[in-house]
Amino acid sequence: MIEFHNVSKRYPNGYEALAGVTFDVGEGEMVFLTGHSGAGKSTLMKLIMLIERPSQGQVVVGGHNLNRLRSSQIPFHRRQVGVVFQNHQLLFDRSVFDNVALPLQIAGYPHREIGRRVRAALDKVGLLDHERANPITLSGGEQQRVGIARAVVNKPPVLLADEPTGNLDPDLAADIMRLFSEFNQVGVTVLIASHDWSLIRSVGARVLTLEHGQLIHDGALV
Amino acid sequence: MSRDPVARGARQSRTGISDLWQAWWQHHRTSASDSLGRLADTPLQTLMTALVVAIALALPATLLLALENLRQLGDRWDSKPQMTVFLHKQVQAAAIEGFQAQLRQMVGVSSVEYISPERALREFQAQSGFSEAIAALDVNPLPPAVVVTPTAEAIAPERFEQLRQQIAASPLVDDISVDMEWVRRLNAIMTFGRQLVLGFAALLGIGVLFVIGNTIRLEIESRREEIVVIKLVGGTNGFVRRPFLYTGFWYGVIGGLLACLLVSVGVASLAEAVRQLAASYQSTFELQGLGLTGCALLIICCVTLGLLGAWLTVGRHLSAIEPR
Repeated sequence: MIEFHNVSKRYPNGYEALAGVTFDVGEGEMVFLTGHSGAGKSTLMKLIMLIERPSQGQVVVGGHNLNRLRSSQIPFHRRQVGVVFQNHQLLFDRSVFDNVALPLQIAGYPHREIGRRVRAALDKVGLLDHERANPITLSGGEQQRVGIARAVVNKPPVLLADEPTGNLDPDLAADIMRLFSEFNQVGVTVLIASHDWSLIRSVGARVLTLEHGQLIHDGALV
Repeated sequence: MSRDPVARGARQSRTGISDLWQAWWQHHRTSASDSLGRLADTPLQTLMTALVVAIALALPATLLLALENLRQLGDRWDSKPQMTVFLHKQVQAAAIEGFQAQLRQMVGVSSVEYISPERALREFQAQSGFSEAIAALDVNPLPPAVVVTPTAEAIAPERFEQLRQQIAASPLVDDISVDMEWVRRLNAIMTFGRQLVLGFAALLGIGVLFVIGNTIRLEIESRREEIVVIKLVGGTNGFVRRPFLYTGFWYGVIGGLLACLLVSVGVASLAEAVRQLAASYQSTFELQGLGLTGCALLIICCVTLGLLGAWLTVGRHLSAIEPR
């Protein structure tokens, strides 16, 4: 589902964030991406979302070579990739419902369908009774769950999460991780960037480890 | 990636063409009402911007309207160019008869009308408001005159001048006054004035583009976060652009309505004074307002400028906002 073929990313300032990275995440797989900060995790995620383009190599998502996508096609690619951000990226000028509804409005879903799907997503993350609240009134964990609901509301085949449990206490982190596992069980390909070793160990999934832009480990955590 | 659902993985939902059309239409409606709502949230700022638009367009509109009124005033004489031939006071009635017959024979003369000094005095007395002063005169100071109306072919400036010289050659003629001259000059001045006003309007229009552009640029800046999130979850540039275009559209509409109001208030406040002035010249001339067509044109101009200003700004600034 996500293929990297000898991908390098060098920024205009000369910093090499990724160097010759090759891996393949199968459909319906759940994979963790680890490494110290600055190891290239964020860059890797940005390449998948087409926020950045590789300097070298090929990124293929869902069978589409991203190098061949024109800028006008980028929005349609992003609709196939749900993303959970560490800093949530929620909009505080609108309700929880409207935040979650945004991807559906953009994709052009009919009005009734939007209501149904948003409530289903909020129910899934346990925030159905908060749909009218402003996200700024919610706790960090709740905001993260709103972000997750928004990422999965249009049922993308790929779900990315960048340090989704970074600011949460262990119980909440485990809750969030359980959610990702559930999405994975219904066939979503999940890639989570994290350095919460105990949590990764408890899930027991495949782990990709980056160091100085190079992939130094690919497999189960030893 | 195509819009088609990816074959496997989580169940993909389909959105049909009619759904997409409905959603597109829906987004237009919400963008329009949201933009209007945002403008209503900051009424003072909105009013100021709209007022700048209104004044910038009301100015040239007023000038064009003034020129249009002058043109209509000119038109009242424009259609019947004549020359008044004043004869020497000593000329005898018989000679005048002969002169009239002579004029009627001339090529290019359509009709000839004799105005005796007595008739001229009566008319002058009745129209000028100097009746008492005139009544006090011992002798009639006015000369006999003949009003010559040229044929349609003789209206052309050269033929008209030829005819004038031909008539002036007669020893009976003292002076010839051509009523047409000032109308012609007025027309020339108005053509010039019109071009001047249009150039002036173009400059002000560019100013309006900048004002709207700057206002929208500030709004884009304040909604930067929202734009980033929309782009992250797959919003197209069109989707991002739409609310800002509507903001420009509404500035145009409000500015246009205000401009119509400004011009109409101006016309209304001048109408009575102009009517009185016209009445003192025995004219029934009335000041013409913008009318429905004029208002519609003014609003269309404002809306076009609003949309154009928004379009140019959004195009320039949105590409600079990309998720990082």
